[in-house]
Amino acid sequence: MNAMVKAEGVHKSFGPVEVLKGIDLEVKSGEVFCLIGPSGSGKSTFLRCINHLEKINAGRLYVDGELVGYRQKGDKLYELKDSEVAVKRRDIGMVFQRFNLFPHMTAVENVMEAPVQVKGVSKSQARSRAQELLDRVGLADKAGNYPSQLSGGQQQRVAIARALAMDPKLMLFDEPTSALDPELVGDVLDVMRDLAESGMTMVVVTHEMGFAREVGDSLVFMDGGVVVESGHPREVLTNPQHERTKSFLSKVL
Amino acid sequence: MTVDIDKTSGPADTPPSGPEAIKAIPVRHYGRYVSAVVTLALLGGIVYAFSQGKINWGAIPDYFFDDRILDGVGKTLLLTVLSMAIGIVGGVLLAVMRLSKNPVTSSIAWFYIWFFRGTPVLVQLIVWFNLGLVFEYINLGPLYKDEWSDFMTPFLTALLGLGLNEAAYMAEICRAGLLSVDEGQTEASHALGMSHAKTLRRIVIPQAMRVIVPPTGNEVINMLKTTSLVSVVQYPELLRAAQDIGQTSGAPAEMLFLAASWYLLLTSVFSVGQYYLERYYARGSSRSLPATPFQKIKANVLSLSNRSASTGGTA
Repeated sequence: MNAMVKAEGVHKSFGPVEVLKGIDLEVKSGEVFCLIGPSGSGKSTFLRCINHLEKINAGRLYVDGELVGYRQKGDKLYELKDSEVAVKRRDIGMVFQRFNLFPHMTAVENVMEAPVQVKGVSKSQARSRAQELLDRVGLADKAGNYPSQLSGGQQQRVAIARALAMDPKLMLFDEPTSALDPELVGDVLDVMRDLAESGMTMVVVTHEMGFAREVGDSLVFMDGGVVVESGHPREVLTNPQHERTKSFLSKVL
Repeated sequence: MTVDIDKTSGPADTPPSGPEAIKAIPVRHYGRYVSAVVTLALLGGIVYAFSQGKINWGAIPDYFFDDRILDGVGKTLLLTVLSMAIGIVGGVLLAVMRLSKNPVTSSIAWFYIWFFRGTPVLVQLIVWFNLGLVFEYINLGPLYKDEWSDFMTPFLTALLGLGLNEAAYMAEICRAGLLSVDEGQTEASHALGMSHAKTLRRIVIPQAMRVIVPPTGNEVINMLKTTSLVSVVQYPELLRAAQDIGQTSGAPAEMLFLAASWYLLLTSVFSVGQYYLERYYARGSSRSLPATPFQKIKANVLSLSNRSASTGGTA
């Protein structure tokens, strides 16, 4: 079994509003898995369930074969302690739509923070690794800048480097280019493409159909909290089967 | 900044190649002249009134560094620092309690703040002072036992009265600071695998400080002045020392002026410290740090010398 993420009938409600109405899907190890759909379709919520930023109400969600947020003994589920959840999150990198860089730290300090504080890596070691990662995302010369001194695209690339610093086995991208000027989107997508080529397992919520078609290995179209259609990106994007998919794609392509 | 004012002074300096500079007669603000004259006249009146009063100005420098005054200043400062320390530690604790998910701790914190913020600090001080009327002994089991009047010295009365009251105010300031940090910061930190405690200490509190420091500086300055209230519980701080000297030396009003000057001096020093502290916590929040007064002066002098060099010394 080489499923990195496996969802079986995942439900999630915010109060009376049911956002996810039974999601079944499987993300294979090493693949780039794209989630598309209109806003409010639940794709971001599902992504946040994967690293337990949201608790699911029903169904089962596994990452690398282990249940997310719970431990199963016999037929009983036990909630994990916060510290146990934190340990699992170390292996899952997340990139947010609004970057969420720490504004009181420079770029290199942002990247160093988690390895030093969570893994106990020495500062000098973390710094040189952080420099390497910033170099990889093309920002070696911006290491000493505070986030407010960087453009949106540069901030997002620092955020990617920050997530990579924990050596995750899975990367989650929550609309990483939606808050960017069109001109800056390309730089971020280049970094993500590079990451995909290195074999990283990636789950990407995106509106960039070009990226999905070119880099994606699988694609899921969600609407109204359910998976409407799934398959290889090129097939779904060029030859959608469902009416809903067709009408959505006709508007965004 | 001020060096830019003489823009209109030298049309001869403008390069001939550029567009013709506008030469217009500026608007005359007559209202400003009138208001300046009125306020100056009022100020002059007040100064005149004081010069006519029977004030022995010489008494102020005579007693400014008197041992009793200096002792009072020291006690005022000590009380300010210790009360603020109690206030800040208590305030952080109460803020975390109020924001906790445990309904018992959050309601107790709410009740504490409600009580201490809702009663005047002068009343609280007098209550602490008079608790000896209802408690004969202080009895902390095997730890400590003593007569109340021996335990509750004027210093401890003042410290508890001011510190516990301050904690209620600091709690609200800290809570506002913690709430001001974007939730995305906590999420990003959790997503990196950081614990609640580390997230609070490394990510949330440093950012909350930007919101917490300015009002806390206000509180310190307020506290310095509020310590004068503790003269009612017989603690010999600055105001009480000045009043004592005033009664024996026959210059009571002059000694009050003296105390006021000391308070003004101390609050000014604190304000400077607050400026630098705010500057430290502003890092990363704007593209460049605000200049220190020294840097501003240096920049002005530099731009002045550059300007005079480039325009042939007309500035």
